[in-house]
Amino acid sequence: MDLRFTPEERAFREEVRTFIRENLPADTRDRMKLGHPPTKDDTVRWQRILNAKGWAALSWPKEWGGPGWSAIQKMIFLEENLMAPAPELLSFNITMLGPVLLQFGTEEQKKRFLPRAANLDDWWCQGFSEPGAGSDLASLKTAAKLDGDHYVVNGQKIWTSTAHNADWCFVLVRTDPNARKRQEGISFLLVDMKTPGVTVRPIISIDAGHHLNEVFFDDVRVPVAMRIHAENKGWDVAKYLLGNERTGIARLGKSRERVTAAVEMAREVNFGGKPLIEDQVFRQRVAQLQVDMKALEITQYRVVSAYDKAKGAGKPDPLSSVLKVKGTELLQATSELAVDVAGPNATPIWARELAAMNEPDELMEAGSAGTGGYLMLRAASIYGGTNEIQKNILTKAVLGL
Amino acid sequence: MDFDPSDDQRLLVESVSRMLGDTYGFAQRKTYMALPEGYSPAVWSRFAEQGLLGLPFAEEYGGFGGGAQDVMLVMQAFGRVLVLEPYFPTVVLAGTAVNVAGSAAQKRAILPAIAEGSLKMAFAHTERQARYDLTDVVTTATKSGAGWVLDGSKTVVSHAEAADKIVVSARTGGDRYDEDGITLFLVDAKAPGVAMRGYLSRDDTRAADISLSNVAVGSADVLGEVGRGLPVIQRVAEAGIAATAGETVGAMEAMNEMTLEYSKTRVQFGNPIGSYQVVQHRLADMFMAQEQGRSMAMLATMSIDNPDDAARAHDIALAKAGIGQAGRYVSQSAVQMHGGIGMTEEYAVGHYFRRCMVIERLFGDPAYYLNKLANQIA
Repeated sequence: MDLRFTPEERAFREEVRTFIRENLPADTRDRMKLGHPPTKDDTVRWQRILNAKGWAALSWPKEWGGPGWSAIQKMIFLEENLMAPAPELLSFNITMLGPVLLQFGTEEQKKRFLPRAANLDDWWCQGFSEPGAGSDLASLKTAAKLDGDHYVVNGQKIWTSTAHNADWCFVLVRTDPNARKRQEGISFLLVDMKTPGVTVRPIISIDAGHHLNEVFFDDVRVPVAMRIHAENKGWDVAKYLLGNERTGIARLGKSRERVTAAVEMAREVNFGGKPLIEDQVFRQRVAQLQVDMKALEITQYRVVSAYDKAKGAGKPDPLSSVLKVKGTELLQATSELAVDVAGPNATPIWARELAAMNEPDELMEAGSAGTGGYLMLRAASIYGGTNEIQKNILTKAVLGL
Repeated sequence: MDFDPSDDQRLLVESVSRMLGDTYGFAQRKTYMALPEGYSPAVWSRFAEQGLLGLPFAEEYGGFGGGAQDVMLVMQAFGRVLVLEPYFPTVVLAGTAVNVAGSAAQKRAILPAIAEGSLKMAFAHTERQARYDLTDVVTTATKSGAGWVLDGSKTVVSHAEAADKIVVSARTGGDRYDEDGITLFLVDAKAPGVAMRGYLSRDDTRAADISLSNVAVGSADVLGEVGRGLPVIQRVAEAGIAATAGETVGAMEAMNEMTLEYSKTRVQFGNPIGSYQVVQHRLADMFMAQEQGRSMAMLATMSIDNPDDAARAHDIALAKAGIGQAGRYVSQSAVQMHGGIGMTEEYAVGHYFRRCMVIERLFGDPAYYLNKLANQIA
């Protein structure tokens, strides 16, 4: 047991921090510091900068452009990147599609898609959820029928994040409606979003932003060569993907960044004639978040350190469900803190007005943008397997009930 | 970072667990509680034989040269069975005080005796008015010839009646709340003027209030520098926090295992209660609290040797608040999930609940440390 960072790990953190400071475009940083989500361009530009440095394809092997980092180094990078604050690597490309192709893809599929995914030349989205298949994903109905060397896909996906930005979508479809078990009739397809019959319809979300979509498939012809893994074995691919999705899911750096932003703002806002930061109730609330963030930080390092030791083999650590639940609870609690600090400044929706302003009021803007983040983070305990589903997983995996 | 125990640590845990498996069934524990000492002298001898009493001491003092991690692992094993013996006051608290502040002669006189099981100690610092404030000391030590005379009182001193020697803090200078002017003394428990009022603590162990009137102490029994006791007391408190954090993890594991087992066997409405999702999710929450608590115990353990005072104090405060909250949540949930049987003296879960409650109050509860952390936000 050595519970300290090694000198190498500390030096690595310094290297990452310096690189981000020196290379993150200033306009991106300024936007994100105020609490705005990154724009599509922010995300693409930053991922390409990181990819040029060899830091985008985080857990991929070196021959496919990975940095060759340990899981601990990866975690350090993710924390620093979020704390900067900088746009996150596009998880659909990096933590979902990439590992799936590496595990199940053919050489041709890898060559065609991996380099473009790393460099964000292709923006991927995830076509899993359906109107009738949320937490109960295996009940999905979107159908794919074989027709020569194509599948013909019909159905509807929903909650498809960033589909409106996407060039490609990985989709779970039902290829055998008569399978004995629902999980056994599912296949995993890669669909070009420009294929005729694909329609994206926006869903405006609780923060008034456009992140989510419905995606409709009407007789969409997908070449059989775009299937990953064997026909009707798509559930294995999905399970593998969802297991991967959990590394780094706590997004602790984001929580830390939100607390920093709230504390900064608390210096500026009035509370009974004094800056809010001098209020003991506010301070205690920050202190409690510090406690919870620290516990999660250590738990997270326990998980990744075990992952390093197992060389990534073996089943997903059930502790990763703890990371998901506690991490998202913290994302919600920390973004809530920022909103509470903003007070009445949290209420306006300013986006358009701000764009037209000559003298932006940063305090108002941060209040408004932070609230958007808070509202959108209500989704954190819903996506990637709701926190209730995570507790079901823990119940089975750890408790054996 | 590497969170796995070494092979030696694994062996240590195995051998301690095996010994406790032989000696510390819940029914056996009840027989120890009924002994005049309130614990088992025979088990204490087993601790000595296994080298546990000298675990953190240097080899030249009859110890095994173990570190905070070893102590944490042993305390975790102790927490699983609610060990009653005065290990914590003797080895962790007084042992740390002597280790940190003792002269070579004092170490030679004390540490090997602790290690072989012939010397038990207590740590008497807290006073009735002080609550958790380590600087709130009004017991006095007045210079008298070459030595000192102690007057005052100490409260809730764990296992004081069992102790042969007691580490006592007293003011040799300054006023109440002053950081300077506190001095530590090694006081013979049988010294004239030392009186104890013993009682049972909520965690089934014995404790006592100690009054000191005109207690003469020689100059050789000053532990550390005169007037510079506070930093030593802080180190003792930190070691105590790390050790009891480990103990809390063990207690949480035991409570969670008990509750899980109960949920599989207790049938209501025709099914084991563990088949109901509302119970399952509470169990999942309890597991998460246990693991977050374990992380905090690790944080405390990795912090106590950090030479940076401010960073160490900050991490300890985080850890102490977190482990206290985790222990409280698991305890309360464990009783709730057991229903009526959890309310009884006969059943084990309530004993774990009460030990966690007592630990939470050692050297400061979560509210105290949250306040400390809050005051540091600038």
